[in-house]
Amino acid sequence: MTTETERELRTSPEIGGMGHSVKRKEDPRFIRGAGEYIDDVNLPGQLWMDIVRSPYAHATIKGIDASEALKIPGVLAVITGADLEKAGLHWMPTLAGDKQMVLPTHTVMYQSQEVAAVVATTKYIAADGVAAVFVDYEPLQVVTDPFKALLPDAPILRPDRAADKQTNHIWHWESGDAAKADAALEAAEVRISEDIYIPRIHVASIETCGCVADWDAVRGQLTLHMTSQAPHAIRTVLALVSGLPEQNIRVKTHDIGGGFGGKVPVYPGYVLAVVASLTVGKPVKWIEDRSENLQADSFARDYHIHAEMGATKDGKITGLKVKTVADHGYTDAAADPSKFPAGLFNVITGSYDFDNAFVEVDGVYTNKPPGGVAYRCSFRVTEAVHAIERMVDILAHQIGKDPAQLRMENFIQKDQFPYKTPTGWEYDSGDYGPALQKAMDMIDYDGLRKEQIEKRARGELMGIGISSFTEIVGAGPSKDFDIIGIKMFDSCEIRVHPTGKVIARIGVQSQGQGHETTFAQIIAEELGFPVQDIKIEYGDTDTAPYGLGTYASRSTPVAGAATAMASRKILDKARKLAAHLLEASEDDLDWEPGKFSVKGSPDRFKTIQEIAFAAYTNHPQGMEAGLEAVDYYDPPNLTFPFGSYICVVDIDKGTGQVHVRRFVAVDDCGNIINPMIVDGQIHGGLTMGLAPSLYEQITYDDLGNNLAGTFMDYLVPTAMETPAWEVAKTVTPSPHHPFGAKGVGESATVGAPPAIANAVVDALWHLGVRNIDIPITPQKVWAILHENGIS
Amino acid sequence: MTTQHISVTVNGEAHEADVEPRLLLVHFLRDSLGLTGTHVGCDTSNCGACTVHVDGESAKSCTMLAVQANGHEVKTIEGLADGATLHPLQQAFWDQHGLQCGFCTPGMIMQAAWLLKQNDDPSEGEIREGISGNLCRCTGYVNIVKAIQQAAGTLNASESAPVLAAATVDGQEVSAEPAAAG
Repeated sequence: MTTETERELRTSPEIGGMGHSVKRKEDPRFIRGAGEYIDDVNLPGQLWMDIVRSPYAHATIKGIDASEALKIPGVLAVITGADLEKAGLHWMPTLAGDKQMVLPTHTVMYQSQEVAAVVATTKYIAADGVAAVFVDYEPLQVVTDPFKALLPDAPILRPDRAADKQTNHIWHWESGDAAKADAALEAAEVRISEDIYIPRIHVASIETCGCVADWDAVRGQLTLHMTSQAPHAIRTVLALVSGLPEQNIRVKTHDIGGGFGGKVPVYPGYVLAVVASLTVGKPVKWIEDRSENLQADSFARDYHIHAEMGATKDGKITGLKVKTVADHGYTDAAADPSKFPAGLFNVITGSYDFDNAFVEVDGVYTNKPPGGVAYRCSFRVTEAVHAIERMVDILAHQIGKDPAQLRMENFIQKDQFPYKTPTGWEYDSGDYGPALQKAMDMIDYDGLRKEQIEKRARGELMGIGISSFTEIVGAGPSKDFDIIGIKMFDSCEIRVHPTGKVIARIGVQSQGQGHETTFAQIIAEELGFPVQDIKIEYGDTDTAPYGLGTYASRSTPVAGAATAMASRKILDKARKLAAHLLEASEDDLDWEPGKFSVKGSPDRFKTIQEIAFAAYTNHPQGMEAGLEAVDYYDPPNLTFPFGSYICVVDIDKGTGQVHVRRFVAVDDCGNIINPMIVDGQIHGGLTMGLAPSLYEQITYDDLGNNLAGTFMDYLVPTAMETPAWEVAKTVTPSPHHPFGAKGVGESATVGAPPAIANAVVDALWHLGVRNIDIPITPQKVWAILHENGIS
Repeated sequence: MTTQHISVTVNGEAHEADVEPRLLLVHFLRDSLGLTGTHVGCDTSNCGACTVHVDGESAKSCTMLAVQANGHEVKTIEGLADGATLHPLQQAFWDQHGLQCGFCTPGMIMQAAWLLKQNDDPSEGEIREGISGNLCRCTGYVNIVKAIQQAAGTLNASESAPVLAAATVDGQEVSAEPAAAG
C-alpha cells in the first residue's frame, strides 16, 4: 500500500498521463449548454410518441377504443398490443432470459405499464391523444408481497409460462457449502440472526430515458438515437428481434444525462418508437416524463434477506448463512450476467476471513415493474455488503467489542491475497487494515467514542458507524461472464494520424464518468501523446468497436485494459519504426513516454510524433504503413476495490431526524488515472449511498399503487441533506490489470449505506435496537424513541 | 388551436411568436427557439434543470407558460458567456469538476448566478440552501459548492480589477487558478 501522494508520475502535466488531475475535455460543451442529450436530437419531419399507461397494477384489458384520439387533428396513429401481436412483437426477450410485454394483449401486470402508443405531429398533441384513448379494464387480484406470491393460493401472475412453471417462483440460486455453513453455525459460541430488507429504489438519473427512431425505407436503414449504456448489445438484440440486418442498424447514444444502471435495459418505449417509425415512415421521438420514469422503468434492490452468523465468543467469525427472497416484479428483466441470476451477491463474505458460507436466493414475480437493475452498483453487491456489514456490526455490539477492533481481527490479511472466498471468488489484492486505520485517524475515532460516552450520559443520541466493504467489479472473464451469450470482453481501437494526433474509439460508454478525458490519459500514459491530442469516441455502433458497455464499474477494468493493450501494440510497431529511423537495433532503444532514444546516447532520439509521421511517410520496406491497433480485452479475473467508511450521526430526540455530522471515506481502487475524477465519482457515489439510507424508497400499497412516483415523494437528496464528504485513498494495485486499476464508480454507493445504518443503530443499541431497515426515516426512529419514552 | 402572440427577448435577441396558451416556457425555448441547453428533468418543479432568468430573477421554466414571458427578458445558459469568454461560474464549474453528466449543469449554473447576485459572498450553508431547488445525481454537490465559492471570489476580484484575463480554448487545459478572493 502507498498513499495517493507517493505514486510517481511518469508523464509531464503537458502529456497528462495517469495520476494527473486533467480537467475534463467534455466539459466545455456542457457548461455552455451545448451538450447533445437525447431530447436535443431533432430530425427533419420528426413525429412524437406518447404512451397510454395503466392505472391498475393487475387487470384484464376488455377493450381499447382509440377512435376519439384518432379524431384529434395531428394524431396519426395509435398502436396497441393487438397491432404488435400481428407482427409477433407484443413480447420481447429480457436480458435475463425471461420475456417482457412490449404492449399487453390481454392483461396489465403493474401500474403505469404501457398499454398503447400514440403518434402525433407534436408532443402536446400526442399527450392529447393519450388522454383520449379509452381503455376498459377489469381489475384482478394484486400481489405486491413476494412472500404472499409464494403461497399456494396466490394467483399465478405469468400463466404464459410453461406448464411446469405455473408458479410465481422464478428461479432458485445458491452458492457455497450448506452443510459446512450449518455445522459452523451449530458449533458457534455466538450465533446471531437478523432479517434485513433492502428496499426497492430507482436510479432517477436527472435525464430520463428516450429515443428518436429513424427508419429510412429507401436505404433500409434503422438509426436509433437512444439513451443506452450498452449500445452494441442493443443493436444485436434489435437485429435478432426485428430481423433487420445488423449492418443496417445504427445505435447512437449522444450525451447521456446519467445512467447508474437504469439505461441498460430495453424498455417498451424504445421498441414502440421503432415500430412507430417503421409504421409511419418518419423519425419518431419518445421522451418519458419523470413520473413515467419513476413508475415504469426498471428498479433496483428489493431483497428480503435473512442472515445468520456464527462466531467465537471473542468475535472471530466462523460461518455465515443467508437466505433471500428477491422481488423481481412481473418479469425477470435483471441486467445480470447469464450465469448469475442473483448477480454477484455471493461476494457477501466481504472483507473477512472465514471458511464456511452458504447463500441462497429465490426470485419471485409480483405485480410490480421489472426489478433487478443496478442502482450504481455491480450486480447485487450493495445488497451483499449491507448484509455482511450490518451483521458484523451486530456481532460486535452483541459481544461488547468495538466494531473497528472486531473488523481488524477478522480482516483477510494482506499476505493472504490472492484470496479464495468460501463462495468461490478469488480476490485479486487487498490491504484492509490500513484503510480502516486511516479512516479512524482522519475522523479521530477514539475521540468520538469518548464524546459518545459523555453524550450518552447526558441523554444525547450520537452514533458512529463503520463499513469496511469489498467491491467486485470489472465483469468479466469470458469463461464465466456473458449477457445473452455475448462474452463480457471490451474493446478499444486506436488510430494515430500522420501529424501525431490520435483518435481512439472504445466499446464502453460515458454517462458522465469522463471517458473522453480518462481514456485519453491512458493512451497518454502508454504512448506519450499529450492528452489534448487524443480524441475519444464512443456510442456510435457504426464506428466504435464492439463492447458490452458501461455499468458495474467495468469501463476502466475492461475497456481501460483494452486501451492499454492496444496502445502497447502501437508501441511495438513504434519501436520498429524508431529502430529504422535511428538506424539502431530495437534492443538498443530506451523508451520513455513520448520518445525512443538510443541507449547511452540520449540526444539521439525520435519523438512519438516523428515516429507517427514516419509510419505514413518513411516506413521500412516490408512493413505495413499506418499506426493503429485494436484490442478486445478478456480480463483474467474481476477486480476487487475496497474501502473503509466511518459515519457520525446525531439524532434529534424530538423528531427522530438523523443528521450526518461527518462522513470519512477511504477508498482503494488500485492505481488512479485521474484523482480529480476519482474523487468526484466517490462524492457522487456517497450521495447515492446516502439517498437510500435515509430518504429514497419506492413503496406500493396493497392495490399496487406506486406511492413514490414523482420527485415530490421520491426524495433525491439536495445539497442541504448531503454532507461535505471527506475522502482519502490507499493504493493497492490490481496485480492482473495492465495498469493496476480496479474501478471506482460504484464503490461509494455500495459502501456507504451500512456505515450510515450502523451509526444510527450504534446510537440506539442501548435501547435494544439491533437493526433498522433503510431508509432510516424520522418516522422509524421517532417510533423507537417514543416506545422507549424518549423525547 | 387558439394561439396568442408573444414578444420575448431571449439572451438579448427579440423574438415574436404565436404560441398555444398552454405552451410551457421551457418548450418554447427548446423547441421553438432551439435553445436546448435548458433541460427538463422532472414534471413537478423539483429538479431545477430548467432554471433560467426572467428579468434577472431565477425561474423554473417548466413552471411558467410562454405567454407569461410576454414582454419580458429571458436569459438562458447559452446567453451567459461573453462570446468566447466563459462566465466565471462556467469557468469555475470546469475548474472544480463541478459537473459529471452535465445534465443538471445549465440549471445549476443559472441558479448559482442568481444566488451570487443576491449574495456576493455566500457561506457554504448559504450556497447549499441556495441551490437546494436543483438536483444533481452525479457530483454529490461538494465540487459544485467549491465552484460557486471560486466564482464568488472571481466576481468580487473583477469588481476591483477591471480586466480579468480568461484564456479559454475549447478542450484545452487552461489555468485552474482562480483570481484571488476579495
